[in-house]
Amino acid sequence: MNISIINGYIIDPSQSIEGPGDIYIIDGRIKEISLKKRGDKKPKKDLITSDPGIRVINAEGLIIVPGLFDMHVHLREPGFEYKETIQSGTLAAVKGGFAGVCCMPNTFPVNDNASVTEFIKRKASQEGHCMVFPIGAITKGQQGIELAEMGTMRDEGCIAFSDDGQPVMNSLIMRRALEYSKAFDVPIISHCEDSTLSEAGVMNEGLLSVKLGLRGIPAEAEQIMIFRDILLAELTGGRLHIAHVSTEGSVNLIRSMKKRGANVTAETCPHYFSITEEAVKGYNTHAKVNPPLRTDRDIKAIKEGLRDGTIDVIATDHAPHHRDEKLREFDTAPFGISGLETGLGLSLKLVDEGVLTMSQLVEKMAANPARIMQTDMGTIKLNTEASLVLIDKNKSCTIEADKFVSKGKNTPFDGWILEGMPVMTICRGKIYE
Amino acid sequence: MLNNKDLLGIKELCLEEIMLILDTAAGFKDVIGRDIKKVPALRGKTAVNLFYEPSTRTRTSFELAAKRLSMDVINFSVNTSSVVKGEGLIDTAMTVQALGADFIIIRHTSSGAPHLLANHLRASVINAGDGTNEHPTQALLDAFTIKEKKGRIKGLQIAIVGDIAHSRVAKSNLYCLTNLGAKVRLIGPPTLIQKEVKEMGVEVFHNMEEGLKGVDVLIMLRIQMERQGKGFFPSTDEYSRNWGLTPARLSLAQDNAIVMHPGPMNRGIEIVSEIADGPQSVILEQVTNGIAVRMAVMYLLSGVKR
Repeated sequence: MNISIINGYIIDPSQSIEGPGDIYIIDGRIKEISLKKRGDKKPKKDLITSDPGIRVINAEGLIIVPGLFDMHVHLREPGFEYKETIQSGTLAAVKGGFAGVCCMPNTFPVNDNASVTEFIKRKASQEGHCMVFPIGAITKGQQGIELAEMGTMRDEGCIAFSDDGQPVMNSLIMRRALEYSKAFDVPIISHCEDSTLSEAGVMNEGLLSVKLGLRGIPAEAEQIMIFRDILLAELTGGRLHIAHVSTEGSVNLIRSMKKRGANVTAETCPHYFSITEEAVKGYNTHAKVNPPLRTDRDIKAIKEGLRDGTIDVIATDHAPHHRDEKLREFDTAPFGISGLETGLGLSLKLVDEGVLTMSQLVEKMAANPARIMQTDMGTIKLNTEASLVLIDKNKSCTIEADKFVSKGKNTPFDGWILEGMPVMTICRGKIYE
Repeated sequence: MLNNKDLLGIKELCLEEIMLILDTAAGFKDVIGRDIKKVPALRGKTAVNLFYEPSTRTRTSFELAAKRLSMDVINFSVNTSSVVKGEGLIDTAMTVQALGADFIIIRHTSSGAPHLLANHLRASVINAGDGTNEHPTQALLDAFTIKEKKGRIKGLQIAIVGDIAHSRVAKSNLYCLTNLGAKVRLIGPPTLIQKEVKEMGVEVFHNMEEGLKGVDVLIMLRIQMERQGKGFFPSTDEYSRNWGLTPARLSLAQDNAIVMHPGPMNRGIEIVSEIADGPQSVILEQVTNGIAVRMAVMYLLSGVKR
């Protein structure tokens, strides 16, 4: 397919591109990126006229950025197709502006061996709407006892390893994982939670958890493990990525450990800088997420961490669940927020608030995660398959959970009005609008 | 008039509502003291006890309260119902409502379970204890008993002793008694009192002797045996040595102090028998007053406009 996108404002931090311009896509590949001076609206006639069937998209007033890359989603397939499938999850991704996602291994069976990896890759190539990069389990069955076959899974397409949802409690196993993964140059993504300390907790520990009579998870449960894992990364030289950072103390720890040279990267999620534990009031299970929603202080620190580069990535931790599972007692409802379709809109608020520039936001949501995961995504490179997203920063939209294309309608943001949304995603040359 | 069709917790009530319930309960206390203990106030209405946790006194008290108001009462206990077949809370409650229940009285291990039902049901939901959140009728009957014995609540020094952290009774009492103007002290080991409760307008003591000095009312909480060996306290012996109520400790309180316990008691652990059965104990009167208070709650809820 041939497309010319004209009069847009192009931002691609991976190539230090920022300015008005046109992009020409021929046969699904980026043919030309033509930057021009402000006010110059003349498109390149020769490229347009050379193909009378070319689709011309007038992107006036829109921002064109590389297709976003979400390094932390749960696609639920195989095993939990009633929550989400690779088909529905990747459709939600492109609707949210994502051209690539990394899916966590806590499926059934767990993605702890190459045949599950192969299944996910095959399903994704047959039914997927965006690129899917599986993340394999660190340990067999995510039990934290024996290492899974990382090398074989790597050969089949796993690009990182994580026991996400479960911490690797045994420090020796975590050490071995960080050591062994060096042979394949893949990152270990740590779900940082001291589960002996968080025990049966269901929300942030503090005055509110006492008032609601809900078991609390102290910030220290996260921080203790972040500290342990960074020390182990230093000991072993392995590549460590910290998933879903939620507390002020975590940001401070990562900042100081990065300063002394630790080989660590970190992500946070839109809900950790958008809402606090107050959202749990009334026993709202849509606000039950792990790590839990914290406080205003933590939000402030996370924004500062995003601003100063302590936190490299914004990922959604898209965790779809069936309606009936959230319509339960708070204690027994599962953790998680369906995040792919709200991630960009919530993150654009950071640009409005002056926390990040638009270019920095694109780094956190495309260039940085793609780099950490060592993929060729997150950039608008010449002669590669076109993956980009057109964003209308001035278009306001109301979040309507019922209208999510994801099977998971579980969001605490239902009814929120956001300024700015993706209006078109082009993924591997195919248009979603 | 109460403002909501449900009684979910004391923190959902305002002072006027608490006073109204206590005043109404006084009238019902007269009724249950008569030879004929029944009034036709809610004849034709149905109350269902939906108990997901074992309970004898609270369930029986609600049952009797409903019967004294001439209601039909069904006891729905979890181990004989379809819940053991895996039916969810909302489905069970919707079924009970479809059978014609006007009141659903729920006890549940999960905090917030009554709130979940209240959002889905037309029937009035009464919280008979949810997780570690609240047990509002217990607090109301405690307040009623204190008022009856002491003539007032405002300005009294009231100590709540024991496992505050896991006690819905302590939480409801704390909200209720501070709202009524009492000065509340919490006494117990630091592992069983969250540090955040200090922000809730109470004093915290870890030393029993210090905490009991000059109090007008002692509310002793049941120590749950399953806390032993989980790191909350090393043994019941050590617990009772430090926080058990003995005559020597009781003598530190006001001479006319009253001793309360929501039951069931662990005699010899949190309270010794001489006190439980002694002149300062009002434990059995609490039980009687519970019926009057629960009658008042159901009577008042039935009048709430939908």
